[in-house]
Amino acid sequence: MAIQNVASRLLVPSMAKKGDIIEIKTIIMHPMYSGFTKDQNGKTIPREIINTFTVSYNGKQVFKMELQPSISSNPFISFFVKADQSGSFEFTWVDDNGDVYKNQAQITVT
Amino acid sequence: MHTNSKVAPTLSRRQVIAATGAGTLAALIASLFPMSASADPGDVKKWLTAFSPGTPKSGKVTIGAPDIAENGNVVPITLTVDSPMTEQDYVKSIVMAADGNPLPGVVRADLSPANGKAEVQFRMRLAQTQTVTAVALMSDGSLWTASKLIKVTIGGCGG
Repeated sequence: MAIQNVASRLLVPSMAKKGDIIEIKTIIMHPMYSGFTKDQNGKTIPREIINTFTVSYNGKQVFKMELQPSISSNPFISFFVKADQSGSFEFTWVDDNGDVYKNQAQITVT
Repeated sequence: MHTNSKVAPTLSRRQVIAATGAGTLAALIASLFPMSASADPGDVKKWLTAFSPGTPKSGKVTIGAPDIAENGNVVPITLTVDSPMTEQDYVKSIVMAADGNPLPGVVRADLSPANGKAEVQFRMRLAQTQTVTAVALMSDGSLWTASKLIKVTIGGCGG
């Protein structure tokens, strides 16, 4: 079942000097049902988690993370990237249902 | 504790807890992971070696996490690997496993020289007090590992 109201937020610096190592923070609102939880009626909620998170920088993949049910709901992920040219970051989250959530950010490198 | 029923409020403690939702929240947290279900050490090893075959040496990897996690639902983890992250020498991937959760796997992150710094942060669930293990695969094929014991007091009052 598709999860409703999935929204993501990003923290990416808008400006950077060439060669700077910048930190990128991301969060996506997703319940991450582990498959071990039960609802109010005692019925097991089927597993549905974000299983893959990828980031590309001007079309080139710079980060990939495979998530397991042990990751908290509303998964927060942060990592570093070396800023070498102006352009865009594209963020992609994929969940067990096959739903794809995307977001992007621009950066100016001087 | 007061036992004088004449001055006791009309709402019982139980009702108050239920009304504020604290009770349901505690029940929800307790139901997150059945206590009986936890991965055995063999599973953890199997999961880690599936991603990084070989025997890792201890070192280079740092697991940043609280010694005592009050809320097992959201435990912040920082994985850092000591590496220059150049084309010649960089971290290819970091894998993490937990031995006290129903499933051993936690995360696998793929890095490249484009990252500049081998550090990843996320938040994980811990069903109980347990040891988490991280393994880093370097570009030269060497494996490095670190473990950390994290105490969990789910729904407890600290300590």
